[in-house]
Amino acid sequence: MPDKPDRNAIEVIGVSKIFGTGEARVAALDNVSVPIRENEFFTLLGPSGCGKTTLLRLIAGFDFPTDGQILLYGNDIAPLPPFKRPVNTVFQNYALFPHMTVAENIGFGLQMLGKPKAEIEARVSQMLKLVKMEALAKRRTSQISGGQQQRVALARALAPQPKVLLLDEPLSALDYKLRKEMQIELKRLQNETGITFIFVTHDQEEALTMSDRIAVMSAGKILQVGTPWDIYDKPAERFVADFIGETNFLTAKIDNVANGKAKATLKSGKTIPATVAEGFTPKGEATIVVRPEHAKAVKGPGELSGTVENIVYFGTDTHILVRLDDGDLFTVRQQNSRSASCGFEEGERIGVSISDDAAQVLKD
Amino acid sequence: MAKRATFDIRQQTGFTTVAMICFFLLYLPIVTLVAYAFNDNDSVAIWKGFSLRWFYSAWNNTQVIDASIRSFQIAIAAALIATVAATMAALATTRTKPYKGLTFKYAFINQPLMVPEIVTAVALLVFFSRIKIWTGYSGLGYLIAAHTAFCIPFAYLPIRARLENMDLSLETAAADLYATGWKTFRYVTLPLLWPGILAGLMLAFVVSLDDVVITEFVKSGGQDTLPTYMLGQLRRIVTPEINAISTVFLLLSVAIVTIFFIISRKRT
Repeated sequence: MPDKPDRNAIEVIGVSKIFGTGEARVAALDNVSVPIRENEFFTLLGPSGCGKTTLLRLIAGFDFPTDGQILLYGNDIAPLPPFKRPVNTVFQNYALFPHMTVAENIGFGLQMLGKPKAEIEARVSQMLKLVKMEALAKRRTSQISGGQQQRVALARALAPQPKVLLLDEPLSALDYKLRKEMQIELKRLQNETGITFIFVTHDQEEALTMSDRIAVMSAGKILQVGTPWDIYDKPAERFVADFIGETNFLTAKIDNVANGKAKATLKSGKTIPATVAEGFTPKGEATIVVRPEHAKAVKGPGELSGTVENIVYFGTDTHILVRLDDGDLFTVRQQNSRSASCGFEEGERIGVSISDDAAQVLKD
Repeated sequence: MAKRATFDIRQQTGFTTVAMICFFLLYLPIVTLVAYAFNDNDSVAIWKGFSLRWFYSAWNNTQVIDASIRSFQIAIAAALIATVAATMAALATTRTKPYKGLTFKYAFINQPLMVPEIVTAVALLVFFSRIKIWTGYSGLGYLIAAHTAFCIPFAYLPIRARLENMDLSLETAAADLYATGWKTFRYVTLPLLWPGILAGLMLAFVVSLDDVVITEFVKSGGQDTLPTYMLGQLRRIVTPEINAISTVFLLLSVAIVTIFFIISRKRT
């Protein structure tokens, strides 16, 4: 991935959105601030109701913030109506105009901008080529498949060359294989057009594979912003660690905190090195996380020990669920080989070995 | 389709029989009326032979032609005005956040459907007679105004139904693609609303063409519409000319409904 320039395309500053009043008052967004860089594939990730779609709608102009500013290259766009913002949206249900052809749909934005006919035609055929839909230009949008509708929606939103493209869970209506294809397609489109993409999803795998940076949201707040690698391997909070992938939570005593590193003493008495989340304040005990694939089940003693409770086969790997001696459950993920079984049996006493660079201390 | 465990009326014994009787009772009088329009006799009830003479007679009756032209003038004007008003009312009541008093507004718009027609007729008679004295105007304007008023709910209902079923994200998408409020209406809402507007227009037109009670009360001398003229004729000698007029009327209505139906189907 080439280095992205540091200019901010969008800056969300102290934005709140309150719905309702009195007892029905809900803060869909609670004092959210986040910069989004130019040419970045930025993902808003979170469970439904976390405020990610609300934030997207505020950037698009379909709703207006109760408080705060939204800067587009330095100008506050928060009070502008949607048709005055150089920002386009790909809708979850595509929202293609059923009374127009594919080509008319793609040309709509340029037509509304009052561009000359020749320019619109040239741009439309360029967009049709970009999304590989040249053959279906004259079709009605009701006569094409879901994946094709998705492409048309993308082409329609990209045709006016917006400064920022907003995507509201655009892949959720597609089946698994088509979704995988469109994920690659979206990355290709972003590379080719160089437009800043803001992508909303609740699918953590989608977020990890596509994004340059991810903002994890919950209950109207942004909990953590970082690269997929940051978010997965160095979660700052329990919610983030839990929402992204599978993880093991352990309680440990934390000492020697310095330069983002610390010593964690597990309940078993063994001490392992750990990285520390930003904003962590030492207070004796803390929660640490270890991803299942960063631990190993061993026959001899390890950092932890326990009894195998369950073995689950997943095709690519096997999950070994270990009941630790202190009563907690710990999952180890082990890569499968074709000929051998995982080498352990239910009820067997084993050790769990945690590699040196596996543990992260959470701030909460 | 999923297997339906619920009550299906078509499975009930006697459904077909009851349906056939209903259709029979509905259409038999109309069939008889049409048949006797071709009766070569001065009496409506006694068949003598096939003839087109009553159609010629109606065509040469200037009163019939006058009343027909007046009926169409009123129906066209009233249907157009009512449809425009109904479209605006439908937009105002659907493209808004629900608020207290919205239900009251629905009721208010649909009021002509609830109030007995005779009440409206008497009220208009008294009201318009005052205005006639004040202004001295006694043209077709009164009939057009009255017809417009009771046509509005008929035009309003299909238009509102269409607006309510429309995917709101389409209008949002248009706004996102640089369409101002007016352009969104012109290029997205209106084309999608068109079948509803046509249906509303057609209904309003037919309802206006058909009206007797309010017209009878509001019309000035010499302002007979086709229905009030026919009613007047029934008080004197009844000839198959009435049947012939009715038949032409029926054919026209069927033709109009069919045309609108075909247009609106093409649009969707």
